Amino acid sequence: MRGVFPHLATDARSLGVREAWGEHLVTLANKYPELVVLDGDLANSTRADIFAAAHPGRFLEMGIAEQNMLGVAAGLATTGYVPWISTFAAFVAKRALDQIRVVIAQPSLNVKMCGAYSGILTSKTGKTHQSVQDIAIFRAMPHVVTIVPADAIELRAAMTAMMEDDRPTYLRVTRDASPVIFDSGYTFEFGKALLLRQGSDVGIVSTGVQTTRALDAAALLEEQGVSASVLHAPTLKPLDTEAICELAAATGAIVTAEDHSIIGGLGSAVAETLSEHIPTRMKRVGWQDTYGESGPNDSLLEKYGLTARHVSEAVLDLLAETTGARGNRR
Amino acid sequence: MTAAALSHLTSSVSELRELSVRTRRLILETVHTAGAGHIGGPLSVTDILVNLYFNRLHIDPDAPRAADRDRCILSKGHSSIALYTVLALRGYLRVEELATFDAIDSRLQGHPDMTALPGLDMSTGSLGQGLSPGLGMALGARLGDRDFRTWVILGDGEIQEGQIWEAAFVAGRYRLNNLTAILDYNRLPQFGWPDSSGFTRDIPIGDPGAIFAAFGWNIVETDGHDHEALTNAFDRAEQHTQGPTIVIAHTIKGKGVSFMENDFNWHATPPNSDQLALAVAELQGSLT
Repeated sequence: MRGVFPHLATDARSLGVREAWGEHLVTLANKYPELVVLDGDLANSTRADIFAAAHPGRFLEMGIAEQNMLGVAAGLATTGYVPWISTFAAFVAKRALDQIRVVIAQPSLNVKMCGAYSGILTSKTGKTHQSVQDIAIFRAMPHVVTIVPADAIELRAAMTAMMEDDRPTYLRVTRDASPVIFDSGYTFEFGKALLLRQGSDVGIVSTGVQTTRALDAAALLEEQGVSASVLHAPTLKPLDTEAICELAAATGAIVTAEDHSIIGGLGSAVAETLSEHIPTRMKRVGWQDTYGESGPNDSLLEKYGLTARHVSEAVLDLLAETTGARGNRR
Repeated sequence: MTAAALSHLTSSVSELRELSVRTRRLILETVHTAGAGHIGGPLSVTDILVNLYFNRLHIDPDAPRAADRDRCILSKGHSSIALYTVLALRGYLRVEELATFDAIDSRLQGHPDMTALPGLDMSTGSLGQGLSPGLGMALGARLGDRDFRTWVILGDGEIQEGQIWEAAFVAGRYRLNNLTAILDYNRLPQFGWPDSSGFTRDIPIGDPGAIFAAFGWNIVETDGHDHEALTNAFDRAEQHTQGPTIVIAHTIKGKGVSFMENDFNWHATPPNSDQLALAVAELQGSLT
């Protein structure tokens, strides 16, 4: 079994994720003259406005017309530019899906598709703006790398790695600040899952902002005498199947946690992996097969079953089913 | 004909006419051999492609990915066989390779695949998508202060797609005078629309030039089968400095073969041996 990832933050603080995205685009653009940003009239939400202020000549407003924007990005990519897309996850993955398939994914053109306001925490905008199918869509799209960072540090590291890579990539970006998990020494590796906590009774596999809640769940479980590993998978495609199988072999029970539909997302990907290589009992915590609504973050997480408590309860239920043990909870 | 690397050929009108006949004949023979493929649209767009590749585009068949080549996108990708044929005659591939059209492992896919065949500047086939990448290429030229031009050939059926008008708006907004669209305006889509008289197979969108003009485009109307007129129209597109141009090329679906012209049944029907012989004889006769 691999050791715990060494670059974990030692202090508790939060960092803005979309601000980190806009600021890091500026940093990268200073190094890479080929970087340009295409915006779908949402720059002051996605925070591409930070880039627009720093590099106005390389900020290309495309208006509220996502299909054209993704097609323009493909054309720019053939002339040597590396376009980064600024719009909401709900729109990039669905509004421009056929354009992505035909002129970006099939010819493998180097376009960085960023989905802001991803998942369900979209500032009270409700079901039209929540995006819980995007990972499923891009997992089923050959050639497209799919990255779901857990915090601002990992987001920046992933963006740096993306500029050194020429594959079309989907990057999920969350709206709100989130607790910092990693330290500044973190270097992103495509397709690598990271063991954030070592435990023996159960393995929690998480991605994106749910990794924070997976870690919180592991702490809750420890209080109840259950030892949980947490494996964070920032790359959904390609998935680190080796790490997931190792975790299953070591713990014998797997729970997944994601801010996305359990259909087609991380839960599905892990289930597919385990059932082929090392059949293991598991539970999937994530968006059930339904649509959301507007509301404050805490209320949404509670109502739709995405809190740390929901993760820990799924673990206890799974352990009860598999071993009869449930710690000292009841 | 004269040629040099990344320069355009200059062909006489009679040379262009002869190339058009050769292209049409090869299209018919290839689709007959393949037993599948489009006919009406490729014959409609033939003269436009011949005029671009043999009299306009700054390209080099030996350097198909040269950074400063002119770009050409066939947005109406189902007319791929016309493009493949012109590319073959221009030296991008051997004419014999046309016989592999639509076959397994062929570089000549049913719809153009830029990853398969050098010389294709964009993959197309899902209609309405070609103008946006062309816009991106034109923006790339402007950002990099490069002087290549981008040409996008649209079908009149595919301009029903909303993405065309998204792109028309943005290209007008950026005043991209290095971008030219060419509308293959043959007025016959695949199936058509019901109307008060029962059914019409006429063009779904009347006066597309007026709509492009409303988005700030320069409009040039031309006969899409007369090489002198096409050359003149493309000159006018290049001379316009205030924004993008659309050349409305008035064409005939199935052009060059009397029994195929203006008949939607020849949208994608391979000719049998007898029909092929009749068609080839008629095409050859048109040169005398």
